[in-house]
Amino acid sequence: MAGANGTVTNGSRESGKEITFLEAIRQAMFEEMERDPAVLLIGEDVGVYGGAFKTSEGLLERFGWERVIDTPISESAIIGAACGMSYLGLRPICEMQFIDFIVCAFNQITNFVAKGHYLWNAPAPMVIRGPSGGGVHGGPFHSANPEMYFVHTPGLKVVYPSTPYDAKGLLKAAVRDNNPVLFFEHKFLYRRIKGEVPAEDYTLPIGKALVRREGRHLTILSYAAMVHTSLEAADALAKEGIESEVIDLRTLLPLDEETILNSVRKTNKCLVVHEDTKTGGIAGEIAAILCEKAFGHLDGPLVRVTALDTPVPYAPTLEEHFLPNAKKVFAAAKELARY
Amino acid sequence: MVKDMTGELTRQQYLDLYYYMRLNRAVEDTMVKLFRQNKIVGGLYSSLGQEAISVGTCYALGKKDWIAPMIRNIGALLVKGVPPRDIFMQHMAKYDSPTKGKDGTSHFGDLDNLHIISPISMLGDLIPVMAGVAIGGRYLGQKIVAMTWIGDGGSSTGVFHEGLNFAATQKAPFVLILENNLWAYSTPVRRQVPLENLADRAKAYGIDSYIVDGNNVVAVYNVAREAVERARAGEGPILIEAKTFRRLGHAQHDPAEYVPKEMRAYWEARDPIALYEKFLAAEKLLDAAGKKAIDDKLDTLLAAEREFAENSPMPPPELAETGVYCTGDDCHQIRAKWERPVSEVTPPKSSVKPVWTVPGFGSGKGSGGADAPIHFGDTPKPAEMPAHNPQPIRKPAKAPAKPATKVTGKKAVKATAASASRKARR
Repeated sequence: MAGANGTVTNGSRESGKEITFLEAIRQAMFEEMERDPAVLLIGEDVGVYGGAFKTSEGLLERFGWERVIDTPISESAIIGAACGMSYLGLRPICEMQFIDFIVCAFNQITNFVAKGHYLWNAPAPMVIRGPSGGGVHGGPFHSANPEMYFVHTPGLKVVYPSTPYDAKGLLKAAVRDNNPVLFFEHKFLYRRIKGEVPAEDYTLPIGKALVRREGRHLTILSYAAMVHTSLEAADALAKEGIESEVIDLRTLLPLDEETILNSVRKTNKCLVVHEDTKTGGIAGEIAAILCEKAFGHLDGPLVRVTALDTPVPYAPTLEEHFLPNAKKVFAAAKELARY
Repeated sequence: MVKDMTGELTRQQYLDLYYYMRLNRAVEDTMVKLFRQNKIVGGLYSSLGQEAISVGTCYALGKKDWIAPMIRNIGALLVKGVPPRDIFMQHMAKYDSPTKGKDGTSHFGDLDNLHIISPISMLGDLIPVMAGVAIGGRYLGQKIVAMTWIGDGGSSTGVFHEGLNFAATQKAPFVLILENNLWAYSTPVRRQVPLENLADRAKAYGIDSYIVDGNNVVAVYNVAREAVERARAGEGPILIEAKTFRRLGHAQHDPAEYVPKEMRAYWEARDPIALYEKFLAAEKLLDAAGKKAIDDKLDTLLAAEREFAENSPMPPPELAETGVYCTGDDCHQIRAKWERPVSEVTPPKSSVKPVWTVPGFGSGKGSGGADAPIHFGDTPKPAEMPAHNPQPIRKPAKAPAKPATKVTGKKAVKATAASASRKARR
């Protein structure tokens, strides 16, 4: 971001000022690159253009061509090269222009990057981040939530924040982590959600969920954009006397079982809301954990409110039908509360 | 770091090449015995007849340089300094092996000392990884070269293209050895690629390439040395096609009956070690006593290494649960080794105008960046284009048998090995 006098600044860093989710991402990258010359950014159109969503605006200007690397359209090369750099002690951040394209590098991530530490003692400190999620009519190839492909891969960490504060703190933690971290940024939140971030440097622990709203009647587990949907539903439920506890998972791998179990042991009912499709979504894993570790505490079935088991459709009417929303969460929670 | 380019190798270099080829073969012979005794847990792959490539290419690297070998590059591991016991123990899934039994074969690496990156079975993946090592090393000012190998089969993967293209756009100090052993499992190269010379693939990336007789270790070494020096000097990636033949099946289980008898006979008569012994004898570099001394040295060494490997225990079962994640500084202290002033890559020195007018974009410091101009609609017609390589091409040093042929522009390719292999395929 260029200041009035032509110098490069870090944009809004005044304490207490509200910033967008997008700006939180940009600030996190900017500050990490400022802090540590081992941090690089590599991806498609991240340099001159500043990224398809402008998340890397100003970074090339400040850090130069060697640290902000525009690449050909080659996701496997981006991931592979970043992995090679990480073996030299560098900490590259890879941008997938849309997270949908991450599957082009699936083999590189799941077979090479993820397995290195376990197999041959080779940590790969790198971040793979990009815009994910639907609700913006991006169609079937620009709206994906592919997180579960990777949650099934030991060796990776998977982070999916819901607020600017979390996004900044968790992205900084991801850069400093010695493991490969997949960092999903819900693009619906990029410019719609604002929040305060501290002026000083901070990180948030990867692998910790957060209770966003306390309640006693039932637990709603969610992450990313669906946290906001869940909170909206919780407000409506409260008007009917149902106090729901809304938990933001924030990290899907490793999953914060403790926070989940503590809440469900208190409320005895659990609803999972996610924008990912139903079959093979994180809700199924959570159901299994609750059955294994809190079976005696459950007073009702685990209920899932998720996207349909289809590709993400394009037409607004179809996509709205495909996605979960506050109304669907409300209805499911009300039903669950009756147990 | 870079070895003398003036021509002849030293006596010691000639003998080193011989020793490592013999060691390579002896290590694999020992493993065949272990396999037949059921002491190898999984598969066993052979580089019989391809030793000159692994040894000759890796011998051209300096200590700081990085390699990512493939399954048939045990010779490269040995040249890099891996003790034979590690290779035995890997195959035997032993607790003292580099991966403690978590992976087998030559799937292991060493980031701290030997600068080896572990292979994986999905071919081609190492190409972008080594491009990244090359770019990262340049960024840190380390003046390293990254080298990896690929087969004729692996050169058809998508990631081969992505990796080599990206390395080329970055002018990365990267050397890719394409071992054309004529067979990808049971499929002959002619059924995989409609090209006589796989080195032609280099043209598509705007990089230089060589074709070399892969059974001639001195020719391989000389070409590799030149390529490594050029890559280190900032000329960008270089592709070397080494023509050879896979003498055994894909692995021990495969009798390779699909290979024509005449083809096998042709190549068996061109055994790289036998050819080199003839050369060494003719040049009076090795006599019967010298050969006997190496025989004895290998026997003693490998007996001890094998004994050590056989005595190592299997890993304890619970080990399977450990090590998925790096737990932090107690596990790995990750620190980049800077060999240039950090101030060069930090503001204000790093700051640039974010516009596409930077000459030699992406080519970094000291990498001949000015040779990669960016055109704005004024790209000259191919006929007017200057030769890619601005420097005069040095001839490879004298080789004992067939010399390497440099592939340049539209010149006719005179690859003696290529025509020989064409004959062999008939």
